[in-house]
Amino acid sequence: MTVEWAWISDHASDLATLTVSHLQAALTAVALGLLISLPLAVVAHRIRPLRGLLLGLSNVLFTIPSIAIFVLLLPVTGLTRTTTVVGLTVYTLVVLLRNTVEGLDAVPVKVREAARAMGTRPLRTLLTVELPLALPVIMAGVRIATVMSISLVSVATYIGDGGLGQLFTDGFQRNFPTPVITGVVLTLLLALVADALLVAVQYVLTPWTRKRGA
Amino acid sequence: MTIYSPGKGWPMIKFDAVHKRFPNGTTAVDNLSLEMPEGGITVLVGSSGCGKTTTLRMINRMVDPTSGTIRVAGRDILEADAAELRRGIGYVIQQSGLFPHRTVLDNIATVPLLLGWGRKKARARASELLETVGLTAGAGRRYPHQLSGGQQQRVGVARALAADPPVLLMDEPFGAVDPVVRTQLQDELLRLQRELSKTIVFVTHDIDEAVRLGDRIAVFRTGGHLVQCAPPAELLARPADGFVADFLGAERGLKLLSLTTLADVPQRRATTVRAGEKPAPQAGWQLVTSAEGRPLGWLDPATAAMSGTGGTAGEAALVPVRPLSDGDSLLSALNESVASPSGLVARVDAEGVLTGVTSREEIHDRAGTAHATATRPASRAADEAPASHAALQRRTA
Amino acid sequence: MYELFSDLGSWLTSGEQWAGPDGIAHRLAEHLQYSLIATLVAAVIALPVGLLIGHTGRGAFLAINLSSFGRALPTVGLVVLVFLASGLSMTPVYVALVALAVPAIVTNTYAGMTAVDADVKDAARGQGMRAHQVLFQVELPLALPLIMTGLRLALIQVVATATIAAYVSFGGLGRYVFDGLAQRDLVQVLGGAVLVAVIAVVLDLVLAGLQRALFRHRHHAAH
Repeated sequence: MTVEWAWISDHASDLATLTVSHLQAALTAVALGLLISLPLAVVAHRIRPLRGLLLGLSNVLFTIPSIAIFVLLLPVTGLTRTTTVVGLTVYTLVVLLRNTVEGLDAVPVKVREAARAMGTRPLRTLLTVELPLALPVIMAGVRIATVMSISLVSVATYIGDGGLGQLFTDGFQRNFPTPVITGVVLTLLLALVADALLVAVQYVLTPWTRKRGA
Repeated sequence: MTIYSPGKGWPMIKFDAVHKRFPNGTTAVDNLSLEMPEGGITVLVGSSGCGKTTTLRMINRMVDPTSGTIRVAGRDILEADAAELRRGIGYVIQQSGLFPHRTVLDNIATVPLLLGWGRKKARARASELLETVGLTAGAGRRYPHQLSGGQQQRVGVARALAADPPVLLMDEPFGAVDPVVRTQLQDELLRLQRELSKTIVFVTHDIDEAVRLGDRIAVFRTGGHLVQCAPPAELLARPADGFVADFLGAERGLKLLSLTTLADVPQRRATTVRAGEKPAPQAGWQLVTSAEGRPLGWLDPATAAMSGTGGTAGEAALVPVRPLSDGDSLLSALNESVASPSGLVARVDAEGVLTGVTSREEIHDRAGTAHATATRPASRAADEAPASHAALQRRTA
Repeated sequence: MYELFSDLGSWLTSGEQWAGPDGIAHRLAEHLQYSLIATLVAAVIALPVGLLIGHTGRGAFLAINLSSFGRALPTVGLVVLVFLASGLSMTPVYVALVALAVPAIVTNTYAGMTAVDADVKDAARGQGMRAHQVLFQVELPLALPLIMTGLRLALIQVVATATIAAYVSFGGLGRYVFDGLAQRDLVQVLGGAVLVAVIAVVLDLVLAGLQRALFRHRHHAAH
C-alpha cells in the first residue's frame, strides 16, 4: 500500500476544490447550528419545562445514524448540497444546544443576582454577562461540532456530495489507495487546523479565563 | 502496624528535625521538632499554608517528609508499610470524605474489613460505634448524602474509631458545619476522649476551637515554622511573640478566663424568696427560688414593694437568671455578672440548688488575680499547675 | 410524498420483507452482532486504558485528545483504507467500528475517574487502602455511571455506523441503504435508514433506563 505522490501533484487543483467544498459544507452547518441553537438554548435555559423536551429531542436526533439523516432528507431536498448541510446542521445542533444550556446554567447565581441588583435588564444581562461567561463552554461545543462536521461531510459521499469523501469512493471503486489516504489525511488536517484556530479565538475572546502570568 | 502504648503522658508521636519541601519548591514544614503526648489532644493551628495539614498528613504517611524522622510509639514510620500504618491510625477529614456508594454502616466497617475481621464482626463493631457517636441504628442503613453535615461528620469519626486505633488524626473535621453543630461535635469529642483517651492530633484554623479542645496547642506560621507549643493557658498567658499574640486575638485575656473555673471564688448567702410566698418589701433585688431551692429569677425592688400589698412572688414578672456551678468558667461568671440586674451571680450545686451568690466586684477581682497569676514570668514553673488543673477540671465537668 | 410514506409503511410491515436471509429479521441480527462484537472489543481495549490514566493521572493529555481525534477520523475513509490493505473480510468494518468506539469509552472512563471526589480518594488512602483497593473498591464503583454512559455512547455510535459493513459487501441493515441507493429504490433506502435509527434510539433508551435502575440510590451529595 504505497502512496503515489505523482497522483497527488497531478490532482492538486482537484484536491483544492474538494477541500474548499468540504470545508464550506462543514462550516455552513456549524454557523447554521449556532444560529438555531443559541436562541433555543436561551429558551431552554429560561423555561424549565421546555428544557427537558428540547434536550431530550436533540439527544434522540443524535442517535440517528448520519447516513440515515442524509437519506431521510432525500425526499425533501434531493441529491443536493442542501441535503449535506441540513444533515450536518442537525448533528451540530445537539452538541451546540447542550453545551450552550450547560454554559448558561454554570453562570454563578450570585453574578446574575449582582447584575440584576445593579439594575441591568434581562436582555442586557444575557448579552453582557451570561453569554460571555458561558462562552468557554459554548466554544467547547463549537469545537466539537466543527471537528465532527468536518469528519461527517465525507458520509455525504453516499448521496453524491461529501467533499473529500469523494476520494474514498473513487479509491474504493478503482482499488487505488492513494486518494483514500490523501482524503483521510486532509480531513484530519482540516479538523486539527480548525480546532487550533478555534482555541486561538477562544483565547482572544475570554481573557479572564487565562492563568495568571500566561 | 500495631502501635504499642508508650504510657499515658509519654510522647506517642515524635517529630525530629522534619522538613518537607514539595516538588514545586515550596517549603511546607521547616525543621519541625515536636512531641505529642499519649492520651492528649494536640491541636495544630495557623493560617492557611502554614504547614499544619502537611504536618498531620506526615504522621500517617499520606505525605512523606523530605528529611528528618517521625516516630509513632517509638517506631520510625518510614520503616512501616504505609497502608498498614494507616490502618492503625484513625483519620478524619473535612467534609468527612465518606464513600458515597456505601451505606453508613459499611463506611464505618471499612478498616475492620481491610484488617480481615470478616463482614459479620465488622458490621457488629460498626453498629456499636453508631451508638458511641450518637447516631441511631436506622442511620446505618442510609447512604451518606441522606445525612446532615453534622451527622456525616459523626460517621467520619466513627469510621476512624472502628478498629480502635490509639492515634486519631483529625484535619479540620468540623470546619464545614455551622457554629451550633460545631459546638455539639466539640462537646461530643471531649466526652468521647474522656472515655477513650486517644492520642489525638487536631488541625484547625479556629483559635477558639483550639483553646476549647487542646491539651496542647502548636501554633504554626506561614512557611512551616512552629512558633510555640504549649498548653492553652500558658499560650494565652505568655505568647512567645507578637505573631502568636496577634493570632490569639484581642480577647486573649478573656479566653484565658475561660480556662479558670469558679470553684474557689467565695460566695455568700443570698436574699431569697420562695415562689408563691410574699416577698419582703425591702430595697434590694431578691432571688426567687422554687420549692426545691432552684433559682427562678430576680425580683426587682419596685415589684417587691408593690406586691407587699397583696401579690405573691410567683406572679411577679421576674428578670431571668442563669445560675452557674463550680465547673463553669470565670469568663461565663464575668458575663453573667454584667448581665445580671442585681450585679450578683447565682451559684448552684450539681443538682441546680442555690448555694449562694457572688458579687460583680468579687468576680472582677478574681478575674484580675487569675490573669495576673497566669501571666507571671515563665521562670516560675509552679504557676502552670493551677492553669492546667483548671483545664482538667473543665474537661471533667 | 404521501405515497412514499405509505410505501415505506408497507415495506416495513410486510411479513415477506421480514423473512428469509435477505429479510429484516436476519439483517437486524447481523447488524446487532457486528455492533456488539465491535463494542465489546473496544471495551476490552479502552476500559483498562481509561482506568489506568484516571487512576494514575498520567497520560491525561492522551485521554482528552483521543476523543477529539476519534471524532475527526472519517469512518468511511478508514473502512476503505483497511479494506484496500487487507482485502475482502470483516476486518475493515471491525477496525473502523472499534476505532470509533475506543475514544468514547476511554474519555468517559477517564472523566468518571477524575470526577471521583479527591476527598473521598484521600480518605480511602487514609484508612489504609492499597492502590488496587482504592481503584476497585472506591474509584471504579463511583466512576461506573460515567463509564456506563461511555459504553452506551459507543454502542449507539457503533450501531449507527455499522451500516458501513454493507458498503464493503457485508450484511446488516446497511444492505437496504446501499442496495436501495444502487437500485434507485428510495423506499428501500428509507426503510433501512429508519430501521437503523429506530434500533439506535431504542437501544439508547433501554440502556439509559437500565443505568437509572442500577444507580437509583446513588445520588452524589451536592457540594
